[in-house]
Amino acid sequence: MLPDKRGYFNGFGGKFVPETLMAALEELESEYKKTRTDKRFLEQFKYYLSEYAGRPTPLYFAKRLTEELGGAKIYLKREDLLHTGAHKINNTLGQVLLAIRMGKKRIIAETGAGQHGVATATVAALFGLKCEIFMGEEDIKRQAVNVFKMKLLGAKVTPVSSGSKTLKDAMNEAIRDWVTNVRDTYYLIGSVAGPHPYPMMVRDFQSIIGIEARRQIKEKEKRLPDHVVACVGGGSNAMGIFHAFLKDDVMLLGVEAAGLGIDTAHHAATLCRGSVGVLHGSKSFILQNDDGQIGIAHSISAGLDYPGVGPEHSYLKKSGRAKYVAVTDKQALEGFQMLTKTEGIIPALESSHAIYYAAKLAKKLKKNKIIIVCVSGRGDKDIDIVRGIL
Amino acid sequence: MNRIDRKFKSLKLKNKKAFIAYITAGDPSLVVTAKLVPELEKAGVDILELGIPFSDPMADGPTIQAASHRALVGGVRISKIFRMVGSLRKNTDMPIVFMTYYNPVFKYGVKKFIDDCSRYGVDGVIVPDLPCEEAGALVKHAKARGVAAIFLAAPTSTVARIKKIAGFSTGFIYYVSLTGVTGARRDLPVEMGSKVRCIKSVTKTPVCVGFGVSDAAQAKSVAKIADGVIVGSAIVSVIANNTGKRDLVAKVVKFTKSLARAVHNA
Repeated sequence: MLPDKRGYFNGFGGKFVPETLMAALEELESEYKKTRTDKRFLEQFKYYLSEYAGRPTPLYFAKRLTEELGGAKIYLKREDLLHTGAHKINNTLGQVLLAIRMGKKRIIAETGAGQHGVATATVAALFGLKCEIFMGEEDIKRQAVNVFKMKLLGAKVTPVSSGSKTLKDAMNEAIRDWVTNVRDTYYLIGSVAGPHPYPMMVRDFQSIIGIEARRQIKEKEKRLPDHVVACVGGGSNAMGIFHAFLKDDVMLLGVEAAGLGIDTAHHAATLCRGSVGVLHGSKSFILQNDDGQIGIAHSISAGLDYPGVGPEHSYLKKSGRAKYVAVTDKQALEGFQMLTKTEGIIPALESSHAIYYAAKLAKKLKKNKIIIVCVSGRGDKDIDIVRGIL
Repeated sequence: MNRIDRKFKSLKLKNKKAFIAYITAGDPSLVVTAKLVPELEKAGVDILELGIPFSDPMADGPTIQAASHRALVGGVRISKIFRMVGSLRKNTDMPIVFMTYYNPVFKYGVKKFIDDCSRYGVDGVIVPDLPCEEAGALVKHAKARGVAAIFLAAPTSTVARIKKIAGFSTGFIYYVSLTGVTGARRDLPVEMGSKVRCIKSVTKTPVCVGFGVSDAAQAKSVAKIADGVIVGSAIVSVIANNTGKRDLVAKVVKFTKSLARAVHNA
């Protein structure tokens, strides 16, 4: 199974970090290797996922939405119902347990929408660890409620004012902090991005989404779905739900943020419009100019506003196993309202991208087809943004 | 033998240590950079480290981040930097090495980048986010072209890693004095000396120390234990503080001279 020993998914991935971090990555790799088959660790992880985070999440048949669209059946994987309101908690629980095993006393993380920041601050509070979250100034403005939550949870929120002042820059700053405090600090990356072993590790911790969804759809429909749809920024919820279906005859669809339009300069459609490069420790598709300078992404949703993507997605794109499409800010808002009005579920703007695409797809498909959409998070955090636009 | 090796050989004969200065190409403009380079040589710089700015410099502190930003806003391009070095080569024989991140090199094409280093007179490359495990292609082309591939060693590098790094590095080994990003510091870690000795015990390649060196006194103390001293942020700060002023070059030269003297008299 990929990645290979060097952390590559058929040419994507690797470890492109300063030498100072190499020993830390080697330590993390060897610790994780022991951990992933350790029964006690896995039981502990399972315990917190069910008792603390609220797993399993329902696979809910969106009856009204399905009827309204008049096509394929739409099922929603309800990650929005998890503690802290998004799938991010799956990964932060896994990694914090690992950090504790490694004897680390301080946790740092980057955050875009603030969901990963809140999920990290939450597990740090749960286990009494020091926590610092790096967040772009632009995102701090967009996601004020999450900033306040992190502070309530006892985390220090450090604003990042360099570059585009968003997720990419928050990640730069988190890496700089890690380089400085590598001996006692654990860097808890929130997506399937970064240097090896993070893309593999975060995928493993998130793969519970797909494992449950696969079992649930077989119980409900006695068969596998035809399509699985998820939004892709860095790509953790998508990787989490895709992974269990990789060997099945199921179409996997990743939905990127097209921002103001995929043909404008203002989007975050890394896989649809980017090229291969190296950012934040791994080789993958990125947005960049001819001189290899990283592009500035744009999306209405802070969580998708990232010019890179996890290396395994680049591999799935290149191999053709998954297909990647893009949905604009405006369309995502339509998806947001559609789900809210037909099902009484207010999704995160990130998830709204997947919902819009799934709805469009459902209309074109016959009634006997089945689509599973990952509702990666709930929309409470986005209410102010949406209110400002509608 | 390339210019870097020659330089270390001649310094050794004089029983002196190398003073290596870093500036960001295009900060505040390539015109100023082109003026600074020959003046830095006259001021006593033995090897010049020229930064190719990158939008996301994750190993750099605020000073060099800001310099990179200024240079990029000013419209600097890799091709322009190559051509500038090419034209400077008519008047200088000072070894020049590029310091940049891997993505600009990768996007340019690793082979083409090294070919152009050789063509325009760049003697070596330092890529801080490219550990030796990922550097196969770069090392292969650099070797073929006689361009030095300079790798970094860190306080956290294990003995096994140090051996690996020493095996890959040509020109010199860049020892990062502290766990952290670039930027002037008031104090440098005490364990630096033992780590430098450890590296020197496994290789004949010169070991130079950078990150954090901020003034003549520190430069002098580092020169006593290493083969060379690298100063970046402290010089970049002088450039930043005097940008737009008529005596920018004079100010940079004055500061650099004090550092060069400290290193050479250590």
